[in-house]
Amino acid sequence: MKDIREDIAWAKINQDVLKSLENPRKLFWIILFVAIAMVGVAVGCEIYQYQVGLGVGNFDNPHMWGLYIATFIFWIGMSHSGTLLSAILHLMHADWRKPIYRFAEAMTTFSLMTAGLFVAVHLGRVWQIYYALPYPNGRQVWPNFQSPLLWDAMAIFTYLSSSILFLYVGMIPDLAICRDNMRDCWRKKFYTVLSLGWEGTDRQWRNFRVTYLTIACFLIPLAVSVHSIVASDFAMSQQPGWHITSFPPYFVAGALYSGCAAIITLFIILRYVFKFEEYMTLPILKKTVRLTFAIAMVWTYLNFIEYASVWYGHNQVAKDLLIQKATGPYAPFWWAMNFLGSVVPFIMFFKRFQTNIPVLMVVSLLLNLGMWLERWMIVAPTFSHGYYPWTWDHSQWPSFVQWGIVFGSFGWFTMLFMVFCKVFPSVSMYEVKEMVYHRSRETKKLGAVEGAH
Amino acid sequence: MSVSTLLENWSDYRHLHPVDDVPHNPYKWAMSIDLDACSGCNACSVACYAENNLPVVGREKFAHGQAMHWMRIERYWDEDISAPGGRDFPDQGAQFLPMMCQQCEAAPCETVCPVGATNHTPDGINSQIYNRCIGSRYCSANCPYKVRYFNWYDYPTTDNVWPAEMNQQLNPDVTVRGKGVMEKCTFCIQRVTVAKNNAKTQGRLVRDGDVQTACQQACPTSAISFGNLVDPESKVYKQWKAQHVELDKEAQTKDKEEGGSDLRGYRILEELRPYPSVMYLERVRETAI
Repeated sequence: MKDIREDIAWAKINQDVLKSLENPRKLFWIILFVAIAMVGVAVGCEIYQYQVGLGVGNFDNPHMWGLYIATFIFWIGMSHSGTLLSAILHLMHADWRKPIYRFAEAMTTFSLMTAGLFVAVHLGRVWQIYYALPYPNGRQVWPNFQSPLLWDAMAIFTYLSSSILFLYVGMIPDLAICRDNMRDCWRKKFYTVLSLGWEGTDRQWRNFRVTYLTIACFLIPLAVSVHSIVASDFAMSQQPGWHITSFPPYFVAGALYSGCAAIITLFIILRYVFKFEEYMTLPILKKTVRLTFAIAMVWTYLNFIEYASVWYGHNQVAKDLLIQKATGPYAPFWWAMNFLGSVVPFIMFFKRFQTNIPVLMVVSLLLNLGMWLERWMIVAPTFSHGYYPWTWDHSQWPSFVQWGIVFGSFGWFTMLFMVFCKVFPSVSMYEVKEMVYHRSRETKKLGAVEGAH
Repeated sequence: MSVSTLLENWSDYRHLHPVDDVPHNPYKWAMSIDLDACSGCNACSVACYAENNLPVVGREKFAHGQAMHWMRIERYWDEDISAPGGRDFPDQGAQFLPMMCQQCEAAPCETVCPVGATNHTPDGINSQIYNRCIGSRYCSANCPYKVRYFNWYDYPTTDNVWPAEMNQQLNPDVTVRGKGVMEKCTFCIQRVTVAKNNAKTQGRLVRDGDVQTACQQACPTSAISFGNLVDPESKVYKQWKAQHVELDKEAQTKDKEEGGSDLRGYRILEELRPYPSVMYLERVRETAI
C-alpha cells in the first residue's frame, strides 16, 4: 500500500483541501456545538469559583493542587506531538508526515493555549498573574529566578510564540493558494493579508525553506525543554513521589505518547469530517500507530524505572507513597493508568488493528485517558500522603467545579481546533504536491505507470 | 561570575545552607517547645487567632480541611485508633504537639515561589509578603510540614468572618488577608518589630523577655520559649545548648552517640535539611497515665 496515490492531479489537491473550508460534513457543526456547550460549562464554573474563591473546588490544606495542575500537564504534553511530526520528522525526511503535520501543529498551538488557561484558573489571584513575568518596573522587583514555576512560565511563553510562528510560516504558501481561489468575501481579504504577498517565486521559496528549517531546528530543543521544565516543577521539589531524577525524560515520553494518541483521534475525525480520505490514508495512519506504539513502550519502560527507583531507593516515605498509590483510595485510578498506558497499546501491536478505524478511535481515546490519569496520579497522591502524617488526607476529592473546568477544557480545545480547520487549510497543499511529485518520479524511475496529470 | 570561577573554584562559592551565607547578627529568632509541659489546652492556638487576625472558618470548612490555624495542636494516641476495635477517643494515651511554621533556615518554600513572595529576613524569619503573593501555592506543595494556609475564600468581605463591631477586635498591627493569598506563622513579627524599635531608641539590643509571641504568652504551662538564638543570655540559646541541638546541622552529633542520647531536644524532619528554627523537647513520660 502506498502512502498516497501518485496520480492525484495538483488542481484536485487544491480543490479537495479548499473544499474543507467550505462544506464539511454535518458532523462538523455537531462537534462544534457540543464543544461550545462544554466551554459554557467551564465558564460557568470559573465564574462561580472566581466570585466565591478557590475553596469551592474542594481544595484544602494538604490538597493545594488538584485537577487543574494535572490537566495543565496533560495539555502541555499534548502539544509535543505537533513538534515531533512537523519538526523532528521534517529533519528526518519522513515524508509521510506531510498530509498530517499541519493539524498536528495546530494541535500544539491550541493545547498550549488550553494549558495556559489552567495556570490562570489555578492561581489564587489571577489578576496579579503578571507578577510572574520578568518585566522592568520602577521598584526593581523581579520574579524569583530560582523557582521552576518561573522557568515554566518562560518556557511555555517561548514555546507558544514559536509554535504559532512555525504554524503560520509553514502555512504561507497555502494561504496564497487560498487567496487565489477565493471569491470576493471576507476570506479573500483575510488570506490576502496573511499570505504576505506570496507569489511563489524562486527567491521566495528559497527564503521560505531556510526560515522554516531554522524555526524547526529552534523548536525541537524547546519542545524537550518545556516538558523537562514542567517535570522540574515536581522533580526539583522535595516531596515524596515527585523528587525523582528520571522525571524529565519520563514527562517528555508521556507527552509524546499522549500527543501521538491525540493525533490518531484527530486524524480519524478530520478524515471523516472534511472528506480527506485521499490524503489521510490508511498507510499513513498505520505509520502513526506504529510510532505511537514505540513511544508507548518507551513510556512504559520509564514508568517502571520510576517505580524501581522509588522502590529500591532509601526514601521510606516515597516508598510508602508508592504502596499507598497501589492500595489506597487512588488505587483504582492508579491501576487503570498502568493498564491503559502499558497494556492497551499492545492492541496496536497487531497488524489487523493498525488500520482498523473504529478500534483505533477507541484505543487512542483510552490511551489519552490513561495519560490524563498518569498526570493526576503524579499530582494528587503526593498531597494526600506526604511527609507529615498529621496532614494525610485520603478523603478529599475534587468538586464538580474542578471537574467542570477540566471537562470544559476539552471543549475549548476542540472548539479552537475545529474553527481553525474551517478557516485554514488543515492539510498542507504544497507539501502534499511535493510528496505526490516525488512519488511519481520514483515510479517513473522504476519504469512503472506514469502519473495521470 | 566569571567562567573560570564556574570551572575552577566553584566549591568555594557553593553553600550548603544560608547560615554560612549570611551569619545572623545580632538576631536569630528561634523557639523551643517542651512537649512534656504541653497539656494540649489549645490556648496558644486561640491566642494566635486573636493576635494575627486569623479567620474562624466555621465547622463545615474546618471539616473540609480549610482551617486557618497557624498554630495547631496535633493529637496523637498511644494506641492505634484506626485498628479494628479501636475507639476514636481512648480513655488515655493522648499526646499533643503544637505545630506552626518552623521558620526553616533553608526553607523549601522560599526557593520555589515564582514571584519571591516568601523570603528570609536577616534575623532568620521566613517572611510572607501578602501583596506580592499570586497564589500559586507552590510553597505549600513543597512544605514538608504543611504549615502554610491559603485563603480559599474571601473571609473579610464576602464571607464576613468579622461582622460589624466584631471587626473592632482586629489587631491593627497585622494585615487582614484577602482572597487568594498564602499565609502562615510569622513568629509574631509585629511584636518583634516593636521590640526591636524600642531597643533601638534606647540604644541597645533586644533583651531576652522583651518580646513574647502570642502563643508563648498564652501558654499556661510555659511550654513555649521564644528568643534570640545568637544571644548567649537568652533562654532559647541555653535550651538549645543544653540539648546539644545545633541550628546548621541536618543530623545532631548527640544522635550519633552509641546507645543513643538521653537529651530530649530534637527537630522535626531535620534530615530533609530545611534547618528548622524550632526545637521540641521530647516527652519524659513514655505513656500518659
